[in-house]
Amino acid sequence: MRPFSFESVTTANDAIAAGASGDGGMEFLAGGTTLIDLMKLDVMRPTRVVDINALARTELGRIDVQRQGLRLGALVRMAEAAEHADINTVYPAVAQSLRLAASQQIRNMASLAGNVLQRTRCPYFRDVSYEQCNKREPGSGCAALDGINRSHAVLGTSDQCIASYPGDFAQALIALGAIVDIAGPRGMRDIPFAALHRKPGDAPDIETTLQSGEMITAFFIPAALWTRRSVFLKIRDRESYEFALASAVVALDLEEDKVRDVRIALGGVATIPWRATAAEAVLKGKVLSARSKRAAADAAFADAHAHEHNAFKIELGKRTLIRALDQAAAMEI
Amino acid sequence: MAQANAAAPAPKANMGQPVPRYDARLKVTGGARYPSDVAVNNPAFAFLVTSAIAKGRIMRLDLLEARAVRGVLDILTHEDTSDLKAGKFEGGASTSIDKLGPDIFHDGQIIAMVLADTYEAAREAAYKVRTTYAPVNPSASFDADGIEVEDATKVSARHKEMPRKGDAEAALATADVVIDAHYATPTQHHNPIELFSTTCVWTDYQLTIHEPSQFVYGLKAGVAQRLGIDADKVRVISQFVGGAFGSKGSMTPRTALVALAARKLNRPVKLVATRDQGFTIATYRAETRHHIRLGAQSDGKIMAYSHEGFEVSSRPDPYVVAGVEESAHLYDFGAVQTKVNIVRADRNTPGFMRSPPVVPYIYALESAMDELASNLKIDPVELRRINDTATDPIEGKPYSSRSLMRCYDEAADAFGWQQRSPASGSMRDGDWLIGWGCASAVYPTHVGVATARIRLLANGQVRVQTAAHEIGNGIYTILAQLAAERLGVPMSAVTVEVGDSMLPPAPVAGGSNTSASTCSAVLKACDAIREKLFRAVSTINTVGGKSVVSEPTLRDGKVVASDGMAETFSDVFKRIGASALEEYAEYVPPGVKAEAVAQLYAGTSTQTGGPHGQYLMYAQGAEFVEVRIHAHTREIRVPRIVGAFAGGRIMNPRTARSQYMGGMIWGISSALHEATEIDRNRARYVNDNLADYLIPVNADIQQLEVILVPEEDQMVNPAGVKGIGELANVGTAAAIANAVYHATGQRVRELPIRLEKLLV
Repeated sequence: MRPFSFESVTTANDAIAAGASGDGGMEFLAGGTTLIDLMKLDVMRPTRVVDINALARTELGRIDVQRQGLRLGALVRMAEAAEHADINTVYPAVAQSLRLAASQQIRNMASLAGNVLQRTRCPYFRDVSYEQCNKREPGSGCAALDGINRSHAVLGTSDQCIASYPGDFAQALIALGAIVDIAGPRGMRDIPFAALHRKPGDAPDIETTLQSGEMITAFFIPAALWTRRSVFLKIRDRESYEFALASAVVALDLEEDKVRDVRIALGGVATIPWRATAAEAVLKGKVLSARSKRAAADAAFADAHAHEHNAFKIELGKRTLIRALDQAAAMEI
Repeated sequence: MAQANAAAPAPKANMGQPVPRYDARLKVTGGARYPSDVAVNNPAFAFLVTSAIAKGRIMRLDLLEARAVRGVLDILTHEDTSDLKAGKFEGGASTSIDKLGPDIFHDGQIIAMVLADTYEAAREAAYKVRTTYAPVNPSASFDADGIEVEDATKVSARHKEMPRKGDAEAALATADVVIDAHYATPTQHHNPIELFSTTCVWTDYQLTIHEPSQFVYGLKAGVAQRLGIDADKVRVISQFVGGAFGSKGSMTPRTALVALAARKLNRPVKLVATRDQGFTIATYRAETRHHIRLGAQSDGKIMAYSHEGFEVSSRPDPYVVAGVEESAHLYDFGAVQTKVNIVRADRNTPGFMRSPPVVPYIYALESAMDELASNLKIDPVELRRINDTATDPIEGKPYSSRSLMRCYDEAADAFGWQQRSPASGSMRDGDWLIGWGCASAVYPTHVGVATARIRLLANGQVRVQTAAHEIGNGIYTILAQLAAERLGVPMSAVTVEVGDSMLPPAPVAGGSNTSASTCSAVLKACDAIREKLFRAVSTINTVGGKSVVSEPTLRDGKVVASDGMAETFSDVFKRIGASALEEYAEYVPPGVKAEAVAQLYAGTSTQTGGPHGQYLMYAQGAEFVEVRIHAHTREIRVPRIVGAFAGGRIMNPRTARSQYMGGMIWGISSALHEATEIDRNRARYVNDNLADYLIPVNADIQQLEVILVPEEDQMVNPAGVKGIGELANVGTAAAIANAVYHATGQRVRELPIRLEKLLV
């Protein structure tokens, strides 16, 4: 690990001030479950680390279930939200996406904002001995293109980067149309969660639209008819403590067996949190049938692009989506 | 006596008591000091720099920035380590690739070692070493350009001949049914939780090494040779090993480097390698391929077994496991032909990993057996029964004991195998396809030359000393049990010392020989003490004033005559005129030359057994698994596994069950999870960490049942013990592959079985 300066702040204003005076080498530290790992691996090399954990005592650490929706402070720990009774009832996909992620120990530490900002698990990104990684060293190339790419993305890729977005919670946020509250040197703003992450394109090193010194303060999930009938389904190599090969969030608003409205997100298969709007469009107004489900799944992966070891993710992703649709439809609410 | 429960099964015939581990409290309280826990005075810290290419040459090492890091003391490279002599691959070293360059033979080869006042400074400086390479396109593995394939018997000193009997081609040509199939297993790494560590301390030209080791005498001799010093100047201490599985059996290049650095700095040096470095600075299980042909009559009788294996090794070292030497004895095969090939690639040298020969070869054979059973529509258990044998199919010599079918029957009963519906895809629970499969486990019974020293004090305190290795095998416990039983004292009166090259030598903790070998030596030493005590009482010819008639024994700290009259140790010792009796014993198995003891002192371990003696000596077992596979998304889970094992005398049912349980779980892991992924273009390991190198978590293991099948075998060794440490992870992968076929009708012939192979 390289030397860095370390400070703790106790108010949001101090955190923003620290961010404003930063020289670009500043990172906020919450649970540290990504940042510290990547610092040890020499992948992230901040010169200044600002500990914001004390802000968990402010509204950044609060869960607020309101009539209009669910507000989750940025520093709420994953475990706390996963075990929250109202979230389990009203926003089950949110609770499931958190509960099926990582291990209990990590869920106890990791913050919600840190979770959505976690970096890819691409092994070439996480090992600095590989020269080629456009995300780590812009312009250096991408070793995953002709390397081991079983875990990599098939949606939202570019010829610069195919690293998959590893998180689960973000799929629930994007499916349910969450809003992100952001504070920064130039004031407060909020954006749709779908506008937070950037596809790799020609600049895989720039992963979000957050500006220098900005921090996420909260997520807001608007109340909707489909949140109670929502599921998160995660397919992985082992039963726990493992990233998704494919995952799906489905939130359904059913009228008998007809889809009044639906929200779909896909994980494990894309470079960023992935809303499958084409699949939603196929299902809207239709009866859920084997044919319509398959058509939706095909639409979701119409633009998929596979590499040597991850071609299976296209079929697996489709089947995962169909299974999630079935589970959501079968829910008793 | 411990109360029997699931973790501590009640002893059956020929089993000891399930006493708790001697070192249990030490381990759970942190009192057990592993080698890197040992405090040394003012250590410098070492951090390794490893190569980022698999083949080529170092053109330039720029150390300027690294040396400028505050606290850095020195950086050793190939330029300042040429004093070290080359290790010998055949001399117990795991690799002959031990120079720091400039030539690079494999990914992650050690190219420099940074020494600093703190670990953090050493690590920071290591990141700042700039290396310029002249890379060459490497050959990663099978199918790569530039690999070389050689017949193992031509290049391996350990395997000059492969099993062969009769005319297999002719028998295959006339068989009613022939199974002709190819199987493959991946690279796997041991990944013991305890990382590879070495601490070296020099005191007046004496070197003390604290390093987790499965062979302290071998390490001592190997390091002395590389440093060019007398082996008597080296001491290796390894009282606890936090997992080894073969990876700590042979010397690796790091040890002599740390010793050299400590001598250079005139200061203790401590190295704890990182997890990812562990993938390349030690050994691994090589990937293998197999071509098997089984010919059988329509009634299931096998007429021919042909098995050709291919194993990856490094360029310079012909490491090969040649598991046909074990698999060829498993059934009454008729004609047998076998061949093993070494595939040379640009890789670090592989090495022993739990059940090295049998795991890949029995996986292949037991998969083919299931294919044969399906083809013939014979129950897989019955196919084994039809081909069961009491004698060696190759040479005709008898098995010392063989309980394979008894294991099958007990495990099948416990599993409920009779309820199996034979057709594949015929068992289902909602969206989950169910498959049941089984396979044999087998492991050669080894016994090695071993020595031990026992001291009995007049107050009944006992000390057992042998340089054996506590790698989780429970050796502290069973030696304490054995000495307590033979010397008639409570286990609490026994102190056991192992893991130190100052103690009488014991063999390498490999080949599952530790219990058999060291128990045999300890028995011999105990019996010598008994003899002295008995002689003392029979000289006087009275015990407690009465005549000794016959057959005295030791019980509760007394010499007890068969008529029940007893005399305390302290009284007998007074008469002898000593306050302690000490006996040193050497156990040399039949057929082994006496000079093997001297060789053991010099760091070479001799073992015999398996197919090599007058009898075939093997431990056996049978494993049954249930798999569940999701009908749509195809993820594979193993909710249930039952294993029954016969291993001769079971010293302690508690530690035995743990060994079997760990083995079966590892077997599940090897079937479904474990594979070190190699980037084929770069010949580099990619998932070199425990997040990406998958092993089962608790949620993956549900019902697991271990059945200890009683077995008595007087032939194997005086202790009657068959090694069991490597038995239970054999066959598991085949049982799972067979169950996957039963569930889906899909034969996956390449491990690990991941869901994409079933998505078709």
